[in-house]
Amino acid sequence: MSARTPFGKLLVANRGEVAVRVMRTARAMGLRTVAVHSTADADAEHVRSADEAVCIGEALPARSYLDIDAIVRAARQTGAEAVHPGYGFLAENPDFAAACRAAGLVFVGPSADAMRAMGHKAGAKRVMEAAGVPCVPGYDGADQSDQRLADETARIGYPLMVKATAGGGGRGMRLVPSAGDFMGLLHSARSEARGAFGDDEVLLERAIVEPRHIEIQVLADRHGHAIHLGERDCSVQRRHQKVIEEAPSPAVSPQLRERMGRDAVAATLAVGYEGAGTLEFLLDRDGRYYFMEMNTRLQVEHPVTEAVTGLDLVALQLRIAAGEPLPLTQEEVRIDGHAIEVRLCAEDPAADFMPQSGRVALWRPAPGLRVDHALRDGAAVPPFYDSMIAKLIAHAPTRDAARQGLIAGLADSVALGVVTNQRFLQRCLAHPVFAAGEATTAFIGAHSDALTAPDEAAQADAARLAAWLFRLGADSPLANPFPAPLRFSLGGRVHTAQVRALGGRGHDVRFDVEVADARFELVARDGDTVRYRCEGVQARAVVHRDGPRLLLHTQGCAWEAIDLSFAPIARADAAPGDGLLRAAMTGRVIALLVAEGDTVAAGQPVLTLEAMKMEHVHVAKQAGRVAGLHVALGAQVAARQLLAEIRSEATP
Amino acid sequence: MPVIESRLQPDSESFEANAAAQRALLAEVRAHEQRAVAASQASAARFARRHQLLPRERVALLLDAGSPFLPIASLAGLGHDKPDLGQSVPGAGVIAGIGFVSGVRCMVSASDSGIEAGALQPMGLDKQLRVQELALENRLPYVQLVESAGANLMAYRVQDFVRGGGIFRNLARLSAAGLPVVTVTHGSSTAGGAYQTGLSDYIVMVRDRTRAFLAGPPLLKAATGEVATEEALGGAVMHTHVSGLGDYLAEDDRDAIRIARDILASLDWPSPPQAVRSFEPPRYPAEELVGVMPADWKRPVDMREVIARLVDGSDFLPFSPDYGPATVCGHARIEGWPVGILTNNGPIDAAGASKATHFIQACCQSRTPILYLHNITGYMVGVAHEEGGIIKHGAKMIQAVTNASVPQVTLHCGASFGAGNYGMCGRGFAPRFCFSWPNAVTAVMGGEQAARTMAIVAEAAMARQGAVDTARLDAMQQQIVERFEGQMSVFTTSALLLDDGVIDPRDTRAVLAEVFAICREGDARVPQAMQFGVARP
Repeated sequence: MSARTPFGKLLVANRGEVAVRVMRTARAMGLRTVAVHSTADADAEHVRSADEAVCIGEALPARSYLDIDAIVRAARQTGAEAVHPGYGFLAENPDFAAACRAAGLVFVGPSADAMRAMGHKAGAKRVMEAAGVPCVPGYDGADQSDQRLADETARIGYPLMVKATAGGGGRGMRLVPSAGDFMGLLHSARSEARGAFGDDEVLLERAIVEPRHIEIQVLADRHGHAIHLGERDCSVQRRHQKVIEEAPSPAVSPQLRERMGRDAVAATLAVGYEGAGTLEFLLDRDGRYYFMEMNTRLQVEHPVTEAVTGLDLVALQLRIAAGEPLPLTQEEVRIDGHAIEVRLCAEDPAADFMPQSGRVALWRPAPGLRVDHALRDGAAVPPFYDSMIAKLIAHAPTRDAARQGLIAGLADSVALGVVTNQRFLQRCLAHPVFAAGEATTAFIGAHSDALTAPDEAAQADAARLAAWLFRLGADSPLANPFPAPLRFSLGGRVHTAQVRALGGRGHDVRFDVEVADARFELVARDGDTVRYRCEGVQARAVVHRDGPRLLLHTQGCAWEAIDLSFAPIARADAAPGDGLLRAAMTGRVIALLVAEGDTVAAGQPVLTLEAMKMEHVHVAKQAGRVAGLHVALGAQVAARQLLAEIRSEATP
Repeated sequence: MPVIESRLQPDSESFEANAAAQRALLAEVRAHEQRAVAASQASAARFARRHQLLPRERVALLLDAGSPFLPIASLAGLGHDKPDLGQSVPGAGVIAGIGFVSGVRCMVSASDSGIEAGALQPMGLDKQLRVQELALENRLPYVQLVESAGANLMAYRVQDFVRGGGIFRNLARLSAAGLPVVTVTHGSSTAGGAYQTGLSDYIVMVRDRTRAFLAGPPLLKAATGEVATEEALGGAVMHTHVSGLGDYLAEDDRDAIRIARDILASLDWPSPPQAVRSFEPPRYPAEELVGVMPADWKRPVDMREVIARLVDGSDFLPFSPDYGPATVCGHARIEGWPVGILTNNGPIDAAGASKATHFIQACCQSRTPILYLHNITGYMVGVAHEEGGIIKHGAKMIQAVTNASVPQVTLHCGASFGAGNYGMCGRGFAPRFCFSWPNAVTAVMGGEQAARTMAIVAEAAMARQGAVDTARLDAMQQQIVERFEGQMSVFTTSALLLDDGVIDPRDTRAVLAEVFAICREGDARVPQAMQFGVARP
């Protein structure tokens, strides 16, 4: 590779917030930008952010964002000279890096060889050991027989981890507490790895109990210079995926930082690395650290490093890729204050973090925070991609100030339309263990009850507010004073309430059970914001009404309420319903369990949908004959789409 | 326009006394209304058992949340079921009013089936006929929520049976006038009442609850010996699948109300003219309207104090104020829309009658609706006034009132006596709407005046026969006073549907704005005139 490889037009081979973020810096540097997108993202924010955009295929990642040929074609078609891979998708795929270079494109990242060397976990460990970086004791040999692996466990000791060699994102990974569990968990890890990566090779590692996840950011140029930008602490994780990241780590002293940084830079230079990279370590209770893996790309959590160093990592990546030398030395790196990032995800913490899809009806990020996102009012959250929809980053002189600022900013940010982990994140940040800087990777698991328990008081407040908002309407002084018998669902519960208009002087909201009665008065409406007085206290809420659906942001929480006032109430003695079976969520039909004309019993499975990597069996709600089956095997269906009709023989 | 300068002193003793009296009467009105609510509510357990909504719940869900609703005749029948007003349940078994359903202004009429299963109540027939007349005159779609046990055979009256046909005639007229009739049959609609359902253009029936048949099982067995279940004779499933009487099968009351709302939404009914005009509220608070009218109607009041609290910016352009000054005429606006106002600061004299006639004709010329604020003890009497032609001037005024071509709305603010009631467009002159304040009194003359008149006549007769029995005269006078005073309050007149309801004085401006909007919308509507009503297959 020649010393200088300048470029003027950059293709970003990614979607979502990272594509938008890369383009922001590229534009500031005077580059033209090209987006690629799937059919599901035709009007996505990253497409709107780019100067040009090319559709590279269908919604499923394998048919678009993972299609190397299509992306290289798009670069050629638009005259792009460089490719930024973002993170995820093809960012650590050496074949992609090689294909870009073969097509004469500058790949913003390391060489395919460096990627191969570090991308394979077992290979990376060997490199690290050679460079004198401490590694977790383990086995990563070619002999993958059950016997050999079992023998190795005796040497490594329990508890230990089984990890897919080609894995990532927690897939193909199992924690084995003792020898008795080993074989069963080994086989399940292998089968998951085979399904996910087409490769069932595993490695074994001593499990470090309740470690911290500490990672070192490195930058290396083409001219033999490498520096580190300190550490990030990414200990707060669920399902082995990071949720909260911060810099610096409350567990890392300046001395430890220097040692870890020195090791990381040495390892980087040892593999001839170029660009931005991250070395992940486990830090145990005694301050010993072990190399885990290297990420040969920009990290999701890079903004916290940017905040404390004042550097733009994407700008540095682009300059390095153009062949420029690093513009600063290790001595010039300053760590200023403290930064914390949270990942706002479309997922339901109460349902084991089940990913959600749909449409963000309202999006109002709080001012005063850095918010990286690709959202706008009405933006789609397709079911095919990562559930992260935004990152919120607070930077302040102290850790506690950053933490408080982030809690407030999260509470003030409005994301309505899909279920998110907004409240969960606030609870994590406010938890005394996190506040004390003592969260390890076991934090969420150990405190999951406190972090995900339903908040009864908040639910009650939201319920009476929703009841009032449903009936607010025109608020005429002549409004009919008869109490309306409201029924609505909110937070997984059905509430009934009596709401009485007081002739333009407010409303009385009365609940049968659970929720205290209240008097509400409207103070002012300003767009989506409603200011109101409830029992003498003035407050505000952000409200989005869409037919029977009321989306509500109040006291830092988002709620969805559905008006059921006009829905028939199912009765035990009632005649059968309409017999229409509708999709519970957006997904793909992976099994048809009945045929047209079949007789089915109530509760009998009719078909199975796969959504978000989970299977959802749909059953007949009543006995009868299958009068219609309106989907085919493999079909992609939308939530609430009609799937089948069951006709009860009894109904005329 | 000139602004009315109020001389009212809200901190004065007389204001406080007036307000206390008015508030007490208003509380009495509310207490009577509340008795109907409570009587209906007493059936809550039975309704819940049958998975039904109470009638007021049905109405609350039917109407657009927070939209204006103008109840009609909520005191109808007060005292007719039980002479003790404190025990009586008013409302005549019908909850009625003008409100919005899916954005469409409608007349809504719901059987108050929480009370005696919706059986016809005293004045129920008259209330239904009035409500239908309002729908026809104001060109409003008609939505009925029907659940009625029909007529109470123990209280059978031939005149109600014969006049009751008018209800069905009106339904046919509404349909033919291009005004859709939408009916939810929540429960029984049987015998003659079956036509209440049958004469509708859109019929929603409720599974397991609707009963629509000419003869129920007992009558059928008595008449022909046939034995059948209610469900087979007139259930919702039969009617929507076999007879074709029902158009929509609802699963329960909530579902039925949803369907009714969907029907109204599907009509694409032209929205009311919403020409938004900018306007100022009155300069004086509506709250003060409770203290304007004297507790004793014999005390004088300047009705401009009322006008000042009703009209935009308290702006009022008096018409010929110095000619027949006791009769107040003038132009103003309510929520931006012009209105001619006629009211009284004393009896109507010849000049006042002439001026009023002139003013009414001028309003017709400019198509300005007219508001009559009753504070009238009658026309002037005496030699001078008879010589001045008070009869012909009064007659001229009545001619103008009767034949005026613009919407006329009457509000009883105080006294309404004698021919003054006629000249000021009393109920007999069919104003488009007629409302009363709680303190309003109506009579051919004041009770004491009537008693004294009778006493003078009787005393003269006794004197001719030679013996004046003062004790008998006193007793007779007392009897007359009681007879007159016992009939003059709103608790008698509103019960007899001599108005469309009693309103809170403080709501007057909102009510008037709504009423004139209803008139405007109705008059602007060009009905789809048909030769026949919509017929069932």
